Amino acid sequence: MIAPFFESGLFSETASLAVALLIGIGFGWFLERSGMGSARKLAGQFYLRDLTVFKVMFTAIITAMLGVFWLGWAGVLDLDRIFVPETWILPQLAGGILFGIGFAISGLCPGTSCVAAATGRIDGVAVVVGMFSGVLVTGLFFTKLANFYLSTARGVFTLPQLFHVDQGVIVLAVVLLGVGGFQLAELIEKRSAGTSSE
Amino acid sequence: MSGKPYSNPYLAGFGLGLVLLAAFVAMGRGLGASGAFASAAAAAVATAAPKSASANDYFARYLSASGAPRIDWLVVELIGVVIGGFVSAILAGRFRREIEKGPRISDSGRLRLAFLGGGVMGVGAVLARGCTSGQALTGGALLSVGSWIFIGAAFAAAYAAAPILKRAWT
Repeated sequence: MIAPFFESGLFSETASLAVALLIGIGFGWFLERSGMGSARKLAGQFYLRDLTVFKVMFTAIITAMLGVFWLGWAGVLDLDRIFVPETWILPQLAGGILFGIGFAISGLCPGTSCVAAATGRIDGVAVVVGMFSGVLVTGLFFTKLANFYLSTARGVFTLPQLFHVDQGVIVLAVVLLGVGGFQLAELIEKRSAGTSSE
Repeated sequence: MSGKPYSNPYLAGFGLGLVLLAAFVAMGRGLGASGAFASAAAAAVATAAPKSASANDYFARYLSASGAPRIDWLVVELIGVVIGGFVSAILAGRFRREIEKGPRISDSGRLRLAFLGGGVMGVGAVLARGCTSGQALTGGALLSVGSWIFIGAAFAAAYAAAPILKRAWT
């Protein structure tokens, strides 16, 4: 068991920032390559014209999920030392709803707005500024939100725990969900291209 | 339109997944974006009003023990995102100074909606403890229940809001 390398003390805090930069460059590269820095393309997801967002996101989730699963199974990655985002049911439900509405209004999400801004899109800059303002104002009024923010805490709570099944069962289910979703996405895009008046 | 066409989405998604996996293997953590915004907001408040920043339960966690701004892993990562996106766009001839919008909306209307949507996403990301990167991609791959609640809620809400926003995008 050596990975995660940073958790095993293989490199320093300073070196971890170099890693952050490299990982960020890779992240930004693939977002731009797939067209996820384009608000028009992203908005197409919500009008069923262009399902790139779904395809890219689900392929990435499945790839990383399988990687974690297999590396853990092979004994080279210690899954207990990976930071799993904790669950707060109601705040994440409400936050997700607000986030989705904001996503549809702005046509970009926080990461992709940075790519849009970096590739010359002025609307991307406006989303970045709006996002910063939203976080700033919410933070300033945090005491009013704190009770709700901390409600329905479940700690680290995963789908295998929720359904009382092995990790492998959920991994397989997510893969099947993705593969089915990809077929459906191709079908919807074909149909949308056929009926489009453009 | 100018520049090369975008990559195959499944291929780009596979590459993105490998980057996420590399973050898990190297750091034991995933990707993020909204956390860097929170870090920047905390730094701004700490500079303008140090006392209120360290007294604020939300901002304090993004500051050093003494209440000063610190160099956050996610901020450096997001600087990388900007560099990676820029270089990729330049190499593909896709860098364009432009306002991307639907055919029926004015430039200023689009920019107002972009700012507003960004603000609403900011509130949501604080409540949800992350965004499409930190919750959907990272927590999704790690099978966190809260992250999958976030994915479901965000997509359902976006599809529900889309018909109202038709004039902005179609």
